[in-house]
Amino acid sequence: MKEVGRITAQFPEGMQKSALLRVLHLAQAEFGWLSVPVMDYVARLLHLNPVEVYEVATFYSMYDTKPMGKVKLEVCRTGPCMIEGAERIVKYIEYKLGIKDSETTADGVFTLKTVECLGACGYAPMLQAGEKFHEHLTEAKVDELIEQYKANPVVNYMGM
Amino acid sequence: MARKLLLENAHIEGIHTYDVYRKNGGYRSVEKALKSMSPEDVVEEVKKSGLRGRGGAGFPTGMKWGFIAKPEGVPRHLLCNADESEPGTFKDRYLMEKIPHLLIEGMIVSSFALGANHSYIYIRGEYMYVLRILETAIAEAYANGWLGKNIMGSGFNLDLSVSPGAGAYICGEETALIESLEGKRGNPRMKPPFPAVRGLWQRPTVVNNVETIAAVVPIVNEGGDAYAQIGIGRSTGTKLISAGGNINKPGVYEIEMNITVEEFIYSDTYCGGIKNGKKLKACVPGGSSVPILPHYLVSKTAAGQDRLMTYESLSDGGFATGSMLGSGGFIVYDEDQCIVRNTWNFTRFYHHESCGQCSPCREGTGWMEKVLHRLENGHGKIEDIDLLWDIQRKIEGNTICPLGDAAAWPVASAIRHFREEFAWHVKEPKACLERNYGLVADRTFETVTA
Ligand SMILES: Cc1cc2nc3c(=O)[nH]c(=O)nc-3n(C[C@H](O)[C@H](O)[C@H](O)COP(=O)(O)O)c2cc1C
Ligand code: SF4
Ligand code: FES
Repeated sequence: MKEVGRITAQFPEGMQKSALLRVLHLAQAEFGWLSVPVMDYVARLLHLNPVEVYEVATFYSMYDTKPMGKVKLEVCRTGPCMIEGAERIVKYIEYKLGIKDSETTADGVFTLKTVECLGACGYAPMLQAGEKFHEHLTEAKVDELIEQYKANPVVNYMGM
Repeated sequence: MARKLLLENAHIEGIHTYDVYRKNGGYRSVEKALKSMSPEDVVEEVKKSGLRGRGGAGFPTGMKWGFIAKPEGVPRHLLCNADESEPGTFKDRYLMEKIPHLLIEGMIVSSFALGANHSYIYIRGEYMYVLRILETAIAEAYANGWLGKNIMGSGFNLDLSVSPGAGAYICGEETALIESLEGKRGNPRMKPPFPAVRGLWQRPTVVNNVETIAAVVPIVNEGGDAYAQIGIGRSTGTKLISAGGNINKPGVYEIEMNITVEEFIYSDTYCGGIKNGKKLKACVPGGSSVPILPHYLVSKTAAGQDRLMTYESLSDGGFATGSMLGSGGFIVYDEDQCIVRNTWNFTRFYHHESCGQCSPCREGTGWMEKVLHRLENGHGKIEDIDLLWDIQRKIEGNTICPLGDAAAWPVASAIRHFREEFAWHVKEPKACLERNYGLVADRTFETVTA
């Protein structure tokens, strides 16, 4: 709540709606995904009509409006990563975890999500988990990452 | 050794902290501007420098600043565009992560020039850790009196905040960015009115790229004339190029805009040549939106002149035989890369990122994606090539914002220069899949060989 106050204070009086994107990030970090009750809560916090929150939550690809695993592996699939082997990395993760793109493992730990260019094209292939960029991926690195997150399924997101 | 104006100190240990940055000459431009210059003087230096927008369009920055409306009693805003989502581009992230204070310093001087008292950095949501680096640096700047009320006793007040996006390429377009910063969906606005007249919260607003704003620092320090002496013609100063693809040394390079493309790709100072001893097939020199160049048009223009890393030289020959400097997202393709697959991949990207407001963009990108997908996967017909040509022509120029053009150009240029490769996909439907990828859908992972 203190954080919400700090964020809204960055905008002029009456423009608190500008805080919406950041507050939705906070809410998602806290609750894992944006359910209708969570979005309604955000709407009340910022004195908005719930529809204003829904339409934003569904527009931006970083917001999840369905439940996610504890660790989202967001693999970049765009051109520069693709030519450095991103498709193989996606296939390998699918094979390792036994899931397809946008599915979650049965134990609820991992969700695989392919995403568009994350601004790391020179360090391809890459994936993002929470805030962290994992670059220059190889199959061995993916093995390592998966082990690490299995043992400790925590990612840092929004500093939480 | 090439001169660096932005990244010169990037390798100094601790340069992201205030103390080290300040010790290395940081915030001098703020002292100079606030103590001895008027806002108009700063605008004048920027005009003299010839600085052009580094976000992609290359519009002269001083001229853009000159357009900002100044109605009595209405606040103005400077917005920094740190959305950086153009595939191939990763220079702004590098700059903000390594030397966050350089951007903050640029924001202060530029806000002073524009008479803005509350400025914002809009950063893509995926760069959340960079947002926190910036916020730490901003707190240091406040603590040391560079932000806040009455900066250095000059009477100039400035607040600076950072606000995140949430995963939408379109929010890099300036009016979509403004909508997003207002807490809405990133739907581009019709222009006019231009942001310079009615932007953020309907107030006069300037949107500039991270690198553009950072470049104002050396311009104020050294003077616009000195800056203009670097480079060639209307390509003045230095440019950050983020180089990726099949090269030996991918990364972010600051170049003086006078070197040749040949030198940039092959010299060890920069990309270090093509990886694995392969040959160059093609190059996209300015981010995914700009036309692709086949190898024979990379080092030389159609007229046989050396191609330079400048706005003018890269676009020499127009769209027939040239491309654009764009955002400086330099993507290199070796001889094994499939142009059809790359074009399909880019088109999927644009389809995914279309905001959906205009039907030529929304439907056209989806249609192109489908046709390219079937060509790439061995189900294409020879007429599909002309069909693609036709669709991209119907998108270009018929949309609210330039995303439509950005989606059309890669398709047009790929067909223009690689039509035979498209036709080969029709004639030999399986050859490409087997040759390049080993990723045919019905195979399991284990049977794939590298
Ligand atoms: C679809 C689209 C995406 C864009 N993305 C970016 C971006 O990520 N970063 C950026 O600085 N400019 C981007 N631009 C250009 C901006 O609209 C704008 O021209 C630029 O921020 C102006 O700053 P400059 O004059 O300093 O280059 C984009 C434009 C379009 C049409
Ligand atoms: S061109 Fe595409 S992205 Fe731009 S406004 Fe139209 S539909 Fe939206
Ligand atoms: S293409 Fe993957 S990070 Fe840019």
